[in-house]
Amino acid sequence: MSDRGRASPIWLPRLVTGLILIAGIALLAIATGAVGDRVFVRVVTVLFINMVLVVGLQVFMGNSGLVSFGHVAFMGIGAYGSIWFSLTPEQKNLALPDMPEEWWLHQTTLPFPLAIVAGGLLALIVGGIIGIALVRLRGASFTIATFALLLIVHSVALQTEVLTRGSRTVFGIPPYTTLWTVAAWAVAAVIVALLFKESATGLKLRAAREDEDAAASLGVDAARVRWLGWALSVFIAGVGGGLWAHFITTFSPAAFYLSQTFLIVAMLIIGGSRSVSGAVVGAAAVALTSELLRDTEGRLNTQRADGAGLGQFIPFQLVGFTEIVLAIAIILILIWRPAGITGGREVVSRGS
Amino acid sequence: MTDFSDGIQFLISSLSIGGLYALMALGLVIVYGILRLVNFAYGELIMIAGYSLLLLGDTPLPWLGVAILSVIAAAIAGLLMERVAFRPVRDSSPTTMLITSFAVSTLLQSVALLTISPRPRPVRLPEFFVQSLTVGDVRIRVVDLIALAVTIVALVALTIFLRRSLIGIALRAAADDFTMTRLLGVRANLVIAAAFAISGALAGIVALFWIGRSSLVEPAVGLQPVLIAFIASVVGGLDSLRGAVLGGYVLGFLTIGLQTWLPRELLDYRDAVTFGIVIVILLVRPQGLLGGAAGGGR
Repeated sequence: MSDRGRASPIWLPRLVTGLILIAGIALLAIATGAVGDRVFVRVVTVLFINMVLVVGLQVFMGNSGLVSFGHVAFMGIGAYGSIWFSLTPEQKNLALPDMPEEWWLHQTTLPFPLAIVAGGLLALIVGGIIGIALVRLRGASFTIATFALLLIVHSVALQTEVLTRGSRTVFGIPPYTTLWTVAAWAVAAVIVALLFKESATGLKLRAAREDEDAAASLGVDAARVRWLGWALSVFIAGVGGGLWAHFITTFSPAAFYLSQTFLIVAMLIIGGSRSVSGAVVGAAAVALTSELLRDTEGRLNTQRADGAGLGQFIPFQLVGFTEIVLAIAIILILIWRPAGITGGREVVSRGS
Repeated sequence: MTDFSDGIQFLISSLSIGGLYALMALGLVIVYGILRLVNFAYGELIMIAGYSLLLLGDTPLPWLGVAILSVIAAAIAGLLMERVAFRPVRDSSPTTMLITSFAVSTLLQSVALLTISPRPRPVRLPEFFVQSLTVGDVRIRVVDLIALAVTIVALVALTIFLRRSLIGIALRAAADDFTMTRLLGVRANLVIAAAFAISGALAGIVALFWIGRSSLVEPAVGLQPVLIAFIASVVGGLDSLRGAVLGGYVLGFLTIGLQTWLPRELLDYRDAVTFGIVIVILLVRPQGLLGGAAGGGR
C-alpha cells in the first residue's frame, strides 16, 4: 500500500465498530425504557437475550466457518444451571420438587449475576468435554454431530427429573432479568466477541477456516483454536440461557429445541455470520420483524373470529405464519445475498 | 422362550429396522455424494408421503395404490425441492446449502401445521400391519417381514440401477468427481434431478413403514427418521453409498441390542446412549466406517 503512512491505525475501525454497536444497543435500551410500553419492553428484552445467544453463536460459527445446530442445548444447560444456583432452598422445593433436600446443590444459593455465570460455566464444562471430540470433525459431519448433541441434551433433560422436573414445566423462577441487565450483558457479549475475533486465537481460527493445511504449515493447531472458540461460544450461550430463564420464569425442555435453534441460526445467517455486526443486526432485524408478523397474525385471527376485515377471507386459523415468512426470508437471502445483510463485514472496516 | 428363539427374534427385528435405517441413510447420501448437501428437509419428504397416505386413504383406492402414489408424491416433492430451493444455491458453499435445507424443512413443517393440523392424525393401514405370525415359539410381526423384504428389493433394485443404467452410472461418476463428469458431457441438471427423485422415492418407502409403526402422521413425523439417517450416514461415511447401508444396519442392531440388553432403569436414556456410541465411533474414525477423505465433508 502506497498510502500506508496516511492510513488510519489498524485498531481504529475496530474500535469505531465496537462503539457504534454498543451505542446502538444503548440507544435501543434507553428509547425502550423511555417509551415504557409493557409489551415493547418485553419484545426488546427478548431481543437482547437472543442477541447474546446469536453473538455467542457467531463467536464460533463466524470464526471457524463450521455450522453448529447444538448451541441451544447450551442455552438450556445455562437456563437450568442458573436456576439451580439462584433459587433459595424454599423456592427449589416449589420449582424443582424432585431435587433431594440433602443435596449440596439444593442448599446453595448465589446472587443473581453469579448464578448466571455459574450457568455459563456449567455449559462451558459440558461443552468443553464434548468439544474435545467435536473439534476433530469438519464440515457436514460436525454439523450433524452438533445436531445429535442437541437431541441428546434434550432427551437427558426430559428424563432427569431430579435436576429439571422432566418434561413438566418449571415455574416460580424470580424475574431477576430486566431490560437493563440484558442490555449490559449484550454489550459485554459484543465486546468479548470483537476482542476474540481480533485476538491471536481468533486470527488463527479464521486462518484455519480459510485453509486448514496452509494454517497448519504456519504452526496453527486447528483443533486447539477451534476448541477455544467453541468453549467461549458455549459459555456465552449458557449465559444467554440463564438470562432467558430469569426473564420467562416458567419453562420446560421443549423451549431449548428446534424452533429456538432455527430462530438463532436464522438471525445469524440473515445478519451475516462472518461479522459481530451481522449477529447484532440480524438479531435486531429478525426480532422486530417477527414481532410485527406475530402481531399481524394475531390481528388477522381476531378479525377471522369476528368475521371482519381481511381476516374473514382466511380459511384457517393462522399458526406458524411467522416461521413460514422467516424461512422464506432465509432462503431468499441465501440466494441473493449469501453473506447476509451486512455482507459479513463489520459496520466500519478497512478498505474492502 | 429359548435363547434360540430370542436370537431369531432379535435378528429379524434388527434386520428389519436396520434395512429401514439403511434406506433412510441412502436417500440422504445419494444427494450428499453429488452436491455436498446435507438435506435437513429429507424428513419433510417423509412427511409429504405420510400426508399423501392420509389424504388418499379416504379415497376408494386400494391400499397398495395409495402406497405407490404416496411414494411417487414424495419423489415429485424431491424434484420440486431441488428445482425451487437448491438449484439457485447450488454453487454456494456447503454451509449455505445446509442452512437452505434447514429453512426448507421449517417452511414445509410450518405449512403442514398451518394447512392440515398440528395434531397427529391416524392413517388408514391394511390389516397385515398389525398381525403377527407364530412359528414354534418365535413371534414375528408380519410388517417386520414385509419391511425386510421391501428394503432388500429396494436395495437390489437401486444397485442394479446404479450399475447398469446410463443415469445410474452417471450418478456414481458424479458422486466421485462431479466436475469431471460434467466435462465428459453429462448434464448436471439431469443427474441432480435423478438423485433428488431417488431420494424422494426412498423417503416415500421409508414413510410407509415408519408411519406404519405408529399409524400416525404429524408435521414433525420426519424428525426422528432424518436424525437416524444423519447418524447412520455419518457412521458409515457421508460420501459412501455402501457406507450408508452399513451404517443403517449397524444402527439397527445397536438400537434393538440396547433395547434388549440395557438395564431397565437406563432404558429411558437409550437414545442418549446410542448417540454417545456414535460419537465414540467418530472419535476413532472421523470419516466414518467406509468414508473417504477425513471429515467426510469439504
